[in-house]
Amino acid sequence: MSDTIVELPDQATARIPKVNYITKENGLLSWLLTGDHKRIAILYLISITFFFFVGGALAGLIRLELLTPQSDLMASDTYNKVFTMHGVVMVFLFLVPSVPATLGNFFIPMMIGAKDLALPRINLLSWYLYVVGGILVLITMVTGGVDTGWTFTTPLSIHYVNTNVLTTGLAIFVAGFSSIFTGLNFIVTTHKMRAPGMTWFRLPLFVWANYAASILMVLGTPVLAITIVLVALERTIGIGVFDPTKGGDPLLFQHLFWFYSHPAVYIMILPGMGVISEVISTFSRKRVFGYTAVAFSSVAIAVFGFFVWAHHMFIMGVSNYAVLVFSLLTMLVAVPSAIKIFNWAFTLYKGSITFETPMLYAFGFMGLFTIGGLTGVFLGATGTDIHLTETYFIVAHFHFVMVGGMLMAFLAGIHFWWPKMTGRMYPEKVSQLAAVVTFIGFNFTFFPQFILGILGMPRRYAAYPAEFQILNVFSTAGATILGVGYMLPILYLIWSLKYGAIAGDNPWQATGLEWQCQSPPLTENFTVQPIMDHEAYDYEWLEGQKQKEEEVASVG
Amino acid sequence: MSDSQAIAQGTHPEGSGAHVEHPPYLRHHFNSVEQQADTAGFAMWLFLLTEVMFFGGLFTAYLIYRNWYYASFVAASHQLSIVLGTCNTVVLIFSSFTMAMGVWCAETRRKKGLVVSLLLTIALGLVFLGIKTVEYREKYEKHHIPGDHYSLQSFINPASDKEASEAGDKPLALDAAQHTELYFSLYFAMTGMHALHMIIGIGILVFMVIRAQAGAYTSGHVTFVENFGLYWHFVDIVWIYLFALLYLISRHA
Repeated sequence: MSDTIVELPDQATARIPKVNYITKENGLLSWLLTGDHKRIAILYLISITFFFFVGGALAGLIRLELLTPQSDLMASDTYNKVFTMHGVVMVFLFLVPSVPATLGNFFIPMMIGAKDLALPRINLLSWYLYVVGGILVLITMVTGGVDTGWTFTTPLSIHYVNTNVLTTGLAIFVAGFSSIFTGLNFIVTTHKMRAPGMTWFRLPLFVWANYAASILMVLGTPVLAITIVLVALERTIGIGVFDPTKGGDPLLFQHLFWFYSHPAVYIMILPGMGVISEVISTFSRKRVFGYTAVAFSSVAIAVFGFFVWAHHMFIMGVSNYAVLVFSLLTMLVAVPSAIKIFNWAFTLYKGSITFETPMLYAFGFMGLFTIGGLTGVFLGATGTDIHLTETYFIVAHFHFVMVGGMLMAFLAGIHFWWPKMTGRMYPEKVSQLAAVVTFIGFNFTFFPQFILGILGMPRRYAAYPAEFQILNVFSTAGATILGVGYMLPILYLIWSLKYGAIAGDNPWQATGLEWQCQSPPLTENFTVQPIMDHEAYDYEWLEGQKQKEEEVASVG
Repeated sequence: MSDSQAIAQGTHPEGSGAHVEHPPYLRHHFNSVEQQADTAGFAMWLFLLTEVMFFGGLFTAYLIYRNWYYASFVAASHQLSIVLGTCNTVVLIFSSFTMAMGVWCAETRRKKGLVVSLLLTIALGLVFLGIKTVEYREKYEKHHIPGDHYSLQSFINPASDKEASEAGDKPLALDAAQHTELYFSLYFAMTGMHALHMIIGIGILVFMVIRAQAGAYTSGHVTFVENFGLYWHFVDIVWIYLFALLYLISRHA
């Protein structure tokens, strides 16, 4: 058994193909006016990385403040603004677009054998909307920030704060349309642009996962948009839809807000699960176990995801019957998530597993997402929820799913497809180190927060009782390690753009259509319209292809 | 799977080296004109679905508050003019007809007919907005716009108010009277969002008239006109619901 599956071309003779999507046209305008899904993905990648580091810097400030029990690094209202901006930036400008807008944009058309997404100009528009939303958030930050928390809970956000609710609301509204258009584009593309022979059940699971997330984007985001419009109208002209003094119900805001924002967490995690399916299969050389179950579990998560939103409001005064029903439905979502985890585990069983960086991140995902998901069941159970809600347990649960799950999946995907996107390999050893450092740092940061939550430390306060300090120091120290873990990929990935080994078409011996063309790909992806004549993850087919090529080479 | 086969039939014979003639509006990433039109239509229907969800939030709020504050909503709805509302409904339905005529003209390649239909649609859209402005103005004069200047006069003392006394309203208790502000909150949010869609629609119509005069939609490529037609009809249908919910139901409690 070899310890790697990487097959690189002979470095002495290998060259990056002269014509590819990067070299096709030159100049800034050719990027800013492009219709090429791959270029738009790169634009997205650069912009979301920027906002990730903005949000990360804010997280660093939060952890620094919490190093000591007193509110000493910043005033408590500054702290409120910092954690709000951290949430807004990370949720709306990083997590929601992360995998779909970068990897999805780049690879969905290639995976289904199309030349581009169905609506290239809408795709570019959605990037511009994202940038406008991002700039509005930056303006908000520079002009004083907003301190409502990323949930904009009424009546706080309409009556009691004088901070920039309107610009942030506008930013989220605009960024929301970016996400709607991305989702719409993916759904239309998956329906109408598939290559001949690419039936629904031959689609890579990454496409299924993004398709399910797109349904959520398309159906959920408009509800958030109208909710923000209503909040803005309350602040400006004083309509009373959420205003209790006028007979309005602030809880209605939460219903509408969570009707989007709960499915939004599935928008964030589903594409990540798609990445994990690809990575696990490739690095264990096996078809994903229970392909159909994994595909349908994505859709099931999307469907169930729409009917659990009130579990964010168990202590907010919703009726006991609603609590009962939403508690049950919440636990039901755990079923399709568990189906995925079990199927990945069975894929590993008797597979020829190798431990390249994407696989390490995928293992990190599986462990941390399982913890994050199971603690979600604690919170879905009404009894424990009453004790744990609004404590650090929530913070830890959310970060286990979003950072431990989603961000790990994002990094797995970036490493996995980096050779295809750039034509060059990342340095393997240092990136394996980064994956391990991230995992350790992550656990140090967020595991103590579960304990803090159980002990009763409330979230969203700058100061806390002195007995919580030790665990907070742990958490802050862990955040430092985590920060290093995230800086490393930036450095070596940029380094690899010039000095990385030439990757060749298919360094991982993966089966997806995106691996059967040159790296970096041509602008039109394929020279000949591909015809899908085998199932997804068919490694025997790949062997056959290789043998055919060798025969041709030896005969020729 | 059927759409996949459709693509297979229209496969680009690029591999064989021959570049087949195709119309200039066929974009590079589609295999056939049919696929392109099919895709655009599907995308438009999906977009309309997002619009349904957008207005859905408002309709949900309306449904809940109408159940809670039934008497207030009935009294407040008497303040709307059925005559103006009906006029607007007729105007909009007629504009949908002219829009449908426009689509037919584009399909049958009648440039003049297309331009005239689009101009008529614009005119009717503007008439709708004009009538809406008259209605908004009435609300402004009677201090029925929610906010600091909102007046409860018409509901506490219906005898002083023409519309309320005509409808035979009984005086409402103070808290019930206050809840009329919620009705007008929703009235302005819903009709305002609808009007915004009309304004965007009219903007696109102006753009289409300019392009149509250059002969853009009458040479076989009618996707844009067709899809805009869907949008226009959708905005029309939203108004039909708004008219029923805000103006018509339970005028006689």
